[in-house]
Amino acid sequence: MLGSASFAALSLKPQAHGATVSGALPWKAFSADPPEPVPEGQRLFFTEAEAELLSAIADRIVPADELSVSASEAGCVTFIDAQLMGSYGSASRLYMNGPFEKGLATQGYQGSQTPAERYRAGLAAIAAHVEAQTPGKAFAAWSADEQDALLKELEADKVTLPDGVDGQAFFELMLKNVMEGFFADPVYGGNRDMAGWKMVGFPGARYDYRPFVGQHNQPYPFDPMSIMGNADWVRKGG
Amino acid sequence: MTNILPRKDVVIVGLGWTGSILAHELAQEGLDVVAIERGPWRDTATSFNIGVMPDELRFAVRRDLFLQPRTEAITMRNNVDQVALPMRDYGSFLPGNGVGGAGVHWNGQTWRFWDSDFRTRSHLVERYGAQAIEGLTVQDWGVTGAELEEYYDRFEYLCGISGKAGNINGTIQPGGNPFEDPRSRDYPLPPMQMTYGPSLFAEITSGMGLHPFPCPSANLSQNYVNPLGVAMSQCSYCGFCERFGCANYAKASPQTTVLPALMRFSNFEARTLCEVLEVNLAPGGETARGVTYVDSSNEEYFQPADLVLLCAYGLFNVRLMMLSGIGEIYDPQTQTGTVGRNYCYQTNASAKLFFDDKTFNPFIAAGALGQTCDDYNGDAFDHSGLGFVGGSGINCLPTNGRPIETRYLPHHTPRWGSEWKKATAKYYSNTLHFTSQGSSYAARGNYLDLDPTYKDRHGRPLLRMTFDFTDNDVRMSDWVSDRMEDIAKASGAPKYSISRVAKGWNSAVYQSTHNVGGAIMGADPATSAVNPWLQSWDVPNVFVIGASAFPQNTGKNPTGTVGALAFRTARAIREQYLRNPGAALVPR
Repeated sequence: MLGSASFAALSLKPQAHGATVSGALPWKAFSADPPEPVPEGQRLFFTEAEAELLSAIADRIVPADELSVSASEAGCVTFIDAQLMGSYGSASRLYMNGPFEKGLATQGYQGSQTPAERYRAGLAAIAAHVEAQTPGKAFAAWSADEQDALLKELEADKVTLPDGVDGQAFFELMLKNVMEGFFADPVYGGNRDMAGWKMVGFPGARYDYRPFVGQHNQPYPFDPMSIMGNADWVRKGG
Repeated sequence: MTNILPRKDVVIVGLGWTGSILAHELAQEGLDVVAIERGPWRDTATSFNIGVMPDELRFAVRRDLFLQPRTEAITMRNNVDQVALPMRDYGSFLPGNGVGGAGVHWNGQTWRFWDSDFRTRSHLVERYGAQAIEGLTVQDWGVTGAELEEYYDRFEYLCGISGKAGNINGTIQPGGNPFEDPRSRDYPLPPMQMTYGPSLFAEITSGMGLHPFPCPSANLSQNYVNPLGVAMSQCSYCGFCERFGCANYAKASPQTTVLPALMRFSNFEARTLCEVLEVNLAPGGETARGVTYVDSSNEEYFQPADLVLLCAYGLFNVRLMMLSGIGEIYDPQTQTGTVGRNYCYQTNASAKLFFDDKTFNPFIAAGALGQTCDDYNGDAFDHSGLGFVGGSGINCLPTNGRPIETRYLPHHTPRWGSEWKKATAKYYSNTLHFTSQGSSYAARGNYLDLDPTYKDRHGRPLLRMTFDFTDNDVRMSDWVSDRMEDIAKASGAPKYSISRVAKGWNSAVYQSTHNVGGAIMGADPATSAVNPWLQSWDVPNVFVIGASAFPQNTGKNPTGTVGALAFRTARAIREQYLRNPGAALVPR
């Protein structure tokens, strides 16, 4: 049986998987693969309580002030929620074979948990820690100074969270993801109205700066642009 | 069970820079050539489409175009006393994937190495004595700078490199790099237009007596038609180079220089989404019969071929040799075996100048746009009494202002909160960043082999990387960092910071995708895996082309040399090997 099957292959059956390209450059119209825009306010991963806690944390990482709206107002929680529902959240790109060992600092993250699992466990651990500190009073109801104090302790690895959660590592993950949400293209649900880009003066997906290369030490004159376009392109009211 | 395919003259593993150059040359020769590529087909209009490409999250942070660790990871440790663990995500370096390979996502800084680099061991011993390289296993390449000149020229004209010659046939050219070796003619295109940052850097450094010049760039300063008849565009300075494909046909890559010409040959075929598992050797192990690969449904095929060219990313060339039994795997205890020997990297540091009143517009940028000083690179300066060999280019190449990853702040600035916001808003456009890219000289304990524990999705051992910065390289980089600090002081910037290299190479923090060595070239089969034509000493119908051939690394980006070596090997195959196929070009 084995012999006959491999003999049959000599007839050069067409490959069902993988692709053979020869004789010309392949070309298929409309085959670019754009991202799907994340709708404002979408929440697929987080529970309401998780979203409230993460919003409160994110709004201390990027607070509202004269420079910009807050992280949650800029859609960062919507962004993280959508990321955790996708390939990022499930670590589908990563090498996740065991054995899992603790590892050295030079060896990077060695945990077996995916980002989605880390958020579920991390937010629960912070909520439990807060409940133990101030029973009946959630983190979102703390003063800004109290919130900052706990976040600084997490950042400095001075808090022991329940259930073995590494508070410092989880803080770093949230910090990284909030920054991603604040500065990524708005198509992913964060950086709403390009608030992050406007704060620093990044013009986004402009893609051609030739007229401005020689204008040394001069501010760039135009508003930012998303890969979805910008406000000038979008008709109000649909 | 394995499906057996009709034989081909040549099978090429990997369709990046080296694979496409070799495929084109050998298809021109009339050979029947197949390239087997693990990743997908990629072209500018579809895969690097302008409507989706300027997306930092997708391509720079989530790394859509790169090799995913799930497909193949590498384990790492800093020394043999540690247990290697897998890089679960690539961090310090990012191997490419798919047609075009790393040639898709590179920045485009296109250097020639110097003759003193190719004769590292003999040059240093001649100038400083044998004690200068004690503890290092640096070697000569078995090729001279003069021999490679015409192949550098071919690669530069293939790509449309934009730059200014510093030395044409021995005559120093104003405005170019006075330290470079003689070249036969100028670059095909003039340098790119300078943005503010590199212009200011050039002003500061030339005021100090250094010799800044425009970095040779594969981002094109003008429209260009290359010798294969492929048309390319002027760069639009969009700031989406490294980690991205170019949507404008303005960055040299296999897609924009070779593939349109190559794909016209009916005697060439590319098979994508197919991963080579092994080079199959005939009994006795001295001849390759072809390769075994799997397609994306895990169906297995045997592709017989007379000539096998390993053109994958250098690290994966080395692993494939080990998995196939081509050559003996290096043992650091006995220092026997050649495959995996002399793995080297790049020794980098950086400087940031924080001004109060500048507008650098960091987003107006390109991957190879800027100024370099080679005054402290290689052996351009006298190392007597310095206590190290090697050097670094000092590069002011502000490649982008993409804000998820490129936001520089002075030390001790909070990392979040209102103070962080104020500092970020102030310094985003007020920071001048420059780097030192340093040599990495080989040592006995830095090497590659197969991991005893961790396996890939096909059950084969992962590559294991054992590496740390050598004491020599740390001393070298630290001394060059002092020179960067001199520049920082001369700039008058109110604040600056210098990030120095330190022992304990961290695999999780991006540094450089310039992994070299492991299948090194040389004149002695006892200490090299391939001969100076990149032909395996052990299996002469296998050639191994890529930065895997570098016996150590210089303070320059590797792609120019990889391209030159590919053209040189192509010529050796066409003019020498094919006269007597299967024979060694250099007797053992």
